Amino acid sequence: MQALKMQVLEILNEDCRIPLERIATMTGASLENVAQAIEEMENDRIILHYSPIINWDKADKERVEGMIEVKVTPQRDLGFDAIAGRIYRFDEVKSVYLMSGSYDLLVLVEAHTLKDLAAFVSEKLSTLEAVTGTSTSFVLKRYKQDGVIFVGERSDNRLAVIP
Amino acid sequence: MKRSFVNPHVESVPPSGIRRFFDIAGTMQGAISLGVGEPDFVTPYHIRNAAIDSLLDGETQYTPNKGLQSLLDEISRYMQDRFHVSYDPAKEIMVTVGASEAIDLALRACIQPGDDVLVPDPGYVSYAPCVSFVGANAIPVVTKAEDEFRMTKECLENAITPHTKALILPYPNNPTGAVMSREDLMNVAAVAQAHDLLVISDEIYAELTYVGEMTAFASLPGMKERTITINGFSKAFAMTGWRLGYACAPREILSQMNKIHQYTIMCAPRQAQVAALQALRRGRENGFEDVVTMRESYNRRRRVMLDALRKMGLDCFEPRGAFYCFPSVKATGLSSEEFCTRLLQEHKVVCVPGEAFGSSGKGHIRCCYATDMNRMLEAFERMQAFLSSL
Repeated sequence: MQALKMQVLEILNEDCRIPLERIATMTGASLENVAQAIEEMENDRIILHYSPIINWDKADKERVEGMIEVKVTPQRDLGFDAIAGRIYRFDEVKSVYLMSGSYDLLVLVEAHTLKDLAAFVSEKLSTLEAVTGTSTSFVLKRYKQDGVIFVGERSDNRLAVIP
Repeated sequence: MKRSFVNPHVESVPPSGIRRFFDIAGTMQGAISLGVGEPDFVTPYHIRNAAIDSLLDGETQYTPNKGLQSLLDEISRYMQDRFHVSYDPAKEIMVTVGASEAIDLALRACIQPGDDVLVPDPGYVSYAPCVSFVGANAIPVVTKAEDEFRMTKECLENAITPHTKALILPYPNNPTGAVMSREDLMNVAAVAQAHDLLVISDEIYAELTYVGEMTAFASLPGMKERTITINGFSKAFAMTGWRLGYACAPREILSQMNKIHQYTIMCAPRQAQVAALQALRRGRENGFEDVVTMRESYNRRRRVMLDALRKMGLDCFEPRGAFYCFPSVKATGLSSEEFCTRLLQEHKVVCVPGEAFGSSGKGHIRCCYATDMNRMLEAFERMQAFLSSL
């Protein structure tokens, strides 16, 4: 079951819309076992969510993304978890990572406009007591995300017929 | 009146049966090809990078004829660790320009005009022509779908003549995807022993074995002394365009092969050798991670293709190696040539007719699953539409 789970994760990681029947064919496992593997991994919160990778630049929607490097004061007994929890509960926040290096938390934020994002930083994030400093960078262009390249087409250089 | 300068020996060899398909497919927009015979991965980054570093370091000179000693050493270790055959890197291994050169060298070093050489039918397209180029006769060993295209004692015995000197043994097999188990190979070994045959074992697809263990023919008792093992980097490491293969053989044979190689080729390209060295060294350190990943990916697609072909109603044995399925299209009433031509012209899917690989390939088509999954699924829909239209 463990080996099957790893295979299923690899397959879903490439394409999470793939029908269960095809996963069963690809792995040589029964449909029931595949369904069970996925259910268990969902219950164990190994698989948390299924979402597409969207090139918003092509979709007709105004959207701004920022990456904010945040310095915080860790709390006694709770370390960084408490402040991270305060931050990740904001709807604007898409991802939060605890980082090694010159700052503590990397916060990825999404907003409709630049003004909204600026307001989030100045009014919500910076005002948290444990936050001692922020440095905000805006995403200008997305080249690759989650292993998917956004620009250009992948070409196949192979000849159509090779013995 | 000018005489013909062309060697009639060469002229009499027919051009590859695949060529015609290539010409049609090449001009067609939107065709999906299941006709390729190479990986759809690019060479892993670290391997490409090793070649780039070597170029930047100015390593642009010839290498020794047989190849870089470090690469020969690494191949020797690989053959021992992976296939349990011990070859002396100083005397029994040479690096060639693809496994193709190694096949040619093996034949030229060992075969004389008038000798008979057993070649698998169906089998890779270059064996019989290479036999003809040395003035020998290629005798087809007819393998059958009901035997899952394995070479049996019986089909070998049927093909043997008083002049038979060698057997070309290519498993896992292109075009059928057939593999031979250790027991199957023991039968071949018994025939080779009984008739004192040289065995040219083309193991280029060795790493792409999905069910059971790959057995190297030379690892069987008593076989190393009568075997030329041919392998390369194209299929296992997705390195087709680098053109790098190797041959392992008893020293008295290898030295003659190397003589031809040194006078005709000099040495395989240095950067390809450096890249191959990187492939084996890193592979030894990380358990051939790249190969495992690619093999798993092919294996998934193998199962999907086999399932799809069978659901279409095409009779197909389970291929356990290489990256091809070889279904029968006899039930359609079309010859494989007609089937492939119409499939291409009417539904823009390229498959290769089985008879391109020998007359026993008649009634079968070769479909390659080293193809992007979504493109492959689209190809199956088109094939289904074609079958429904018949």
